[in-house]
Amino acid sequence: MLELATVSILNGVVYGLLLFMLTSGLTLIFSMMGVLNFAHASLFMLGAYFSWQLGRWIGFWPALVIAPLLCGLVGAAIERYGLRHVHKRGHVAEILFTFGLAYVIEELVTMIWGRNAVANSVPKVIDFSLFQVFGSSFPAYKGLMMAISVAMFVFLYVALKRTRIGLVIQAALTHPHMVSALGHDVPGVFVLVFAVGSALAGLAGVIGGFMLLTQPTLAHAVGPIVFVVVVVGGLGSLAGALIASMLIGILQTFAVAIDYSLLDLFRTLGIVVARSSPLHDFYAVKLSTAAPIVPYLLLVLMLVVRPRGLMGRRDA
Amino acid sequence: MYSHARKLVAPAIAGMLFAAPAAAELKIAFIDPLSGGAASTGILAQKTHQFYIDAINAAGGVNGEKITLLSFDNKVNPQESLIQLKKAIDDGARYVVQGNGSSVAHAITEAVLKHNERNPGKEVVFLNYAAVDPALTNEKCNFWHFRFDADADMKMAAMTDVMAKDGKVKSVYLINQDYSFGKAVAAAAKGMLAEKRPDIRIVGDELHPLQKVQDFSPYVAKIKAAGTDTVITGNWSNDMVLLIKAGKDAGLKVAWETYYGGSPGTVTAIGEAGVDTLKQVSEWHKNATPELDATVAAFAKRYPGAENEYTYWRAKTMWEIFAGAARKAQSNDPVKVSRALEGMKMQTPLGEVEMRADNHQLLQPLYVSTLSRNVKYDVENSGLGWKTDAKVEARSTSLPTTCKMERPK
Repeated sequence: MLELATVSILNGVVYGLLLFMLTSGLTLIFSMMGVLNFAHASLFMLGAYFSWQLGRWIGFWPALVIAPLLCGLVGAAIERYGLRHVHKRGHVAEILFTFGLAYVIEELVTMIWGRNAVANSVPKVIDFSLFQVFGSSFPAYKGLMMAISVAMFVFLYVALKRTRIGLVIQAALTHPHMVSALGHDVPGVFVLVFAVGSALAGLAGVIGGFMLLTQPTLAHAVGPIVFVVVVVGGLGSLAGALIASMLIGILQTFAVAIDYSLLDLFRTLGIVVARSSPLHDFYAVKLSTAAPIVPYLLLVLMLVVRPRGLMGRRDA
Repeated sequence: MYSHARKLVAPAIAGMLFAAPAAAELKIAFIDPLSGGAASTGILAQKTHQFYIDAINAAGGVNGEKITLLSFDNKVNPQESLIQLKKAIDDGARYVVQGNGSSVAHAITEAVLKHNERNPGKEVVFLNYAAVDPALTNEKCNFWHFRFDADADMKMAAMTDVMAKDGKVKSVYLINQDYSFGKAVAAAAKGMLAEKRPDIRIVGDELHPLQKVQDFSPYVAKIKAAGTDTVITGNWSNDMVLLIKAGKDAGLKVAWETYYGGSPGTVTAIGEAGVDTLKQVSEWHKNATPELDATVAAFAKRYPGAENEYTYWRAKTMWEIFAGAARKAQSNDPVKVSRALEGMKMQTPLGEVEMRADNHQLLQPLYVSTLSRNVKYDVENSGLGWKTDAKVEARSTSLPTTCKMERPK
């Protein structure tokens, strides 16, 4: 029991930090630009593909740096030549634009790299076991992932709250004309924010690609959970995203480990449910079987009870 | 004057459009995922079917007609499949080929049965090359459905026969997808192990959502905590690869008894860690014959690349026996071909196969194989390949059936 609990906590933290990596860029873009970027998971996927391709040409460490930078460039281009023009037409147009973009990126990826998963295996340099917990090994790439995830949080927090550029960025969201009048390049700031957000998605993709499957449906596979995290954490709140990521990671991991059903709960309470009862099959579903829907349940609950999320400042 | 001329011209044009090609074309519909998450399997199957159809056409077709394969994308969705089936029938297809997803196969076999009851003389036949829920050839069987893949029970029988002889197996953990096929695998494993090796303990019986799990680490932690030496899984596609990947990451040391360990990406994902531990049961693998089959080699030449790793040997068997039945019936009429298919036997490079008359399940040799270093032909350029542990002859794979089908008079 102790063994399963310890390993589950570790797995939960790892998964939570992966979720945070995925969402940090999205949170940055939303909080600073007010744009809900549906193509965020697509940039994550591009990061995985770029790092795989570059890794074959120039090795893992250079790829770890260059792949996110490429994603940043793609992000900058999206903002400069797409989003900026759509921006004037309001939020619905922005959302539709990024929504369509996600499909375009998926098709492009399919055309370039094919429909099947590429063999994005962990590079030799980080393919070893970091330590053992109750006989289960903990792979080094997951350690690297945790480190990068924490570094992302620190970087974003410091950059936004403790630097002059962060101040300008925050001001540009609420008072663009004033900031512009003070001589700052507001459109440039937006390009920068979108590029950094995209680069963070790319960096997450480099590491996440080892854990998940690098294939054209990757964006689609992680897309929904990303939005669960930002809504539960509070749209645009960095700390909220971190807390929500960890919460969802740990909750889901523990749910898998629990083999009890509602039927067992009733039995402990002394309630007998007849086999012929219409809901018997529903009661008999083990929590472990339902684990992957736990985050979505949390999302629905959160929207009902506290629509602004854990740390959000405005309603979703 | 103008209208008079049109009266003469219209039938002439219609004649030119329809008369010539219609006489020499046998339309067969392929309904499977060609977009979305499962597209890679669907497209590979499409290529394989087309490959063998081209071979038949190059040899003159069947009874003088060339086969045209019409493709329909169903996104592995039963409702979508029914719409596509309707389209296929409207386009003139009298044969339907499908394989991905037993849920889809159930929908199609029911729709085909209804269609044939309502449209005598325009019957449609369903050629199932991969949907392996046993119910399709048992309680849900009908005259119009033929299955060319061994069902989940037959594969489990072969797998457990080999396990029963292996004294090292002490406990088993079952992890499967939460739908009809996954449940069928779990039920078959429990039943057959209890019969063949009552001393083996079942230490876990897990069902997880179909193609929804991204991180299998929590499941692996549970398998590890249960202290098992063997895992049985019917997982396919992403669920197979991600499960294996998570197991490798955690250093889980178990024997993997799988249905689809040979599906694309799995061997690459496990690599060296899978040597002697990853096992599969299949109707064919690259080292089943001493030399690579000529058609497999030709397929690899026509479709190079890792994503085209040859998988569907049963498609070869299916098209060869289909062409044989049509020749025997001297007609491409679905009813006559179906009658000819019943009980039909054919020699293949792996041994004799037979289409059972009582439930329309093809009996073919099955191989239980293990991933190994020392093989002649490797998979996915990994240097690793499949080595046969045991071969079960076609006759021995036969299981009792509850099928009672109504035959057309």
